[in-house]
Amino acid sequence: MANKTSEVLSKRKNDVLEAWIKNQIQDPTLREDLMSNDELHTQSDELLNSFIQAVRSGNYSDISTQEYYPVIEILNSLSITRAYAGFTPRETAVYVLSLKKAIVQVLQDELKADQNTLIEEIIRISDLLDSLSLVTLEAFIKGREEVILRQTSEINEISTPVIRVWEGILALPIIGTLDSERTQIIMENLLQEIVNTGSSIAILDISGVPTVDTLVAQHLIKTVNATRLMGAECIISGIRPEIAQTIVHLGIDLTGVQTKSSMASALRSAFTKQQMVVTKAKAKQ
Amino acid sequence: MDRIPILKMGHFLLVTIQVDMYDRLALNLENDLINAVQAHESKGVLIDISAVSIVDSFMGRIIGNIATMSKIMDAQTVVVGMQPAVAITLVELGLPLAGVYTALNVEKGMELLQQKITEEAEFDIGEAEEDDDQPE
Amino acid sequence: MMISLNKETLKIVSEQDVVLFRQRLKEYASKIGMSLLNQTKLITASSELVRNILVYARQGEVIIEVVTDRLQTGVRVTFKDQGPGIADIPKAMQDGFSTNKSLGLGLPGAKRLVNYFDIQSTPGNGTTVTIIRWKR
Repeated sequence: MANKTSEVLSKRKNDVLEAWIKNQIQDPTLREDLMSNDELHTQSDELLNSFIQAVRSGNYSDISTQEYYPVIEILNSLSITRAYAGFTPRETAVYVLSLKKAIVQVLQDELKADQNTLIEEIIRISDLLDSLSLVTLEAFIKGREEVILRQTSEINEISTPVIRVWEGILALPIIGTLDSERTQIIMENLLQEIVNTGSSIAILDISGVPTVDTLVAQHLIKTVNATRLMGAECIISGIRPEIAQTIVHLGIDLTGVQTKSSMASALRSAFTKQQMVVTKAKAKQ
Repeated sequence: MDRIPILKMGHFLLVTIQVDMYDRLALNLENDLINAVQAHESKGVLIDISAVSIVDSFMGRIIGNIATMSKIMDAQTVVVGMQPAVAITLVELGLPLAGVYTALNVEKGMELLQQKITEEAEFDIGEAEEDDDQPE
Repeated sequence: MMISLNKETLKIVSEQDVVLFRQRLKEYASKIGMSLLNQTKLITASSELVRNILVYARQGEVIIEVVTDRLQTGVRVTFKDQGPGIADIPKAMQDGFSTNKSLGLGLPGAKRLVNYFDIQSTPGNGTTVTIIRWKR
């Protein structure tokens, strides 16, 4: 069977492009606020060119082959930029599916005489475009995932504030669970702050950490060790009774780690280490 | 052969490592430093690694060795100025250098050494005084 | 799917080659904008592995590559030697296991410092270790 669709597409590319863009502009969901008509035109033209190139190979079923790399490349970047711009996945999928409509219109026009070929070609082309629209969906999700990853790392970044509570004393309240990635960020921030301020004592308050299991304890010990290597001391405060219980029940070894029940007592011990005394001001007579 | 200079400052020895370390150089340093401790009867060794960007397990072992060897020869070792990235990497590597004293910078390292030596001296004097306290 | 963007092979025969190799590696890592901490981890891990080449096989080669898998960019380093090989890889990967009185942190420590670690070895036929550290 001859590659009829490819022939028709090459011959009437401009008609297809025009019909496609017309379809999109007519579509009530078109987001003119997010993209200008010019942009739409350039984007569509680029995609259609690479699509015609790919179809020329006669392969309509397997989009994982080399011919389709450029098409998929364009679809991927298009979906991801659209995801960032705030398009819905539906809008991106409709964009590809409306190409189907345009091609079918042109095919109908060209193959009026041969109904059998027309039906065959329509089925083939619509299968192909369906799988390509799924590609946009996948890429869209990937784009969103990247957004989520970026936000997660931003949250990690801002959720580990290092506070200078006194000259030479830093405090770092940890809220939420500690995984290895977060521990890295905490260590980086804490150690950098130790260098910046020349502090020799760091208080790690874990009252906001829901549970301390073996893994979390390991991360805490790592942080304590890294602090010590820098030449500073690390006190862990905010050990609630239930945390003390789990630590003992799990057999976690915290020897060599200074622990205090509250931030206040950690601070008191830090003052003592710095040879400082806090006294009540004498009332004026 | 490259060598890292060792400075004598009173009772202490100061080593500032400012070049990329390789194994031979580290071994030479260990050797030179231990000899210097004996020659000057030093009480403390300060190793400034603030300019060192890589400490791997070999270099870590040499630092540990220097600390242990000097201790046997009655000198304390303080490693000062370790970079944050180096500290985190050493911990991940599994080498927390447990037996080595550390300080933020040379100044604080010096204070720490002074303090360790005074503590020891007091301990010695304390013992001696106890002997004196025998009833007459 | 991994694409290699940039590739360089270095011969490792002496300790001087190690110094050069670490400098080249640092150049590659900083060129792609790798964070200082990840650079330190990558170079420390590489330092351990390249020492293994010199200690056990006397010589070998390393390949530095910038690689990308579309989502992220990083540096891949391959360490190849024709040395005696490793008979029991799981044992060699244990903390504290060593056949030459070292700390035995080289292989397991290096693995903890990178994102990807692969070791292939046949006794008598040499060893190939591949590591990747992503940019962030």
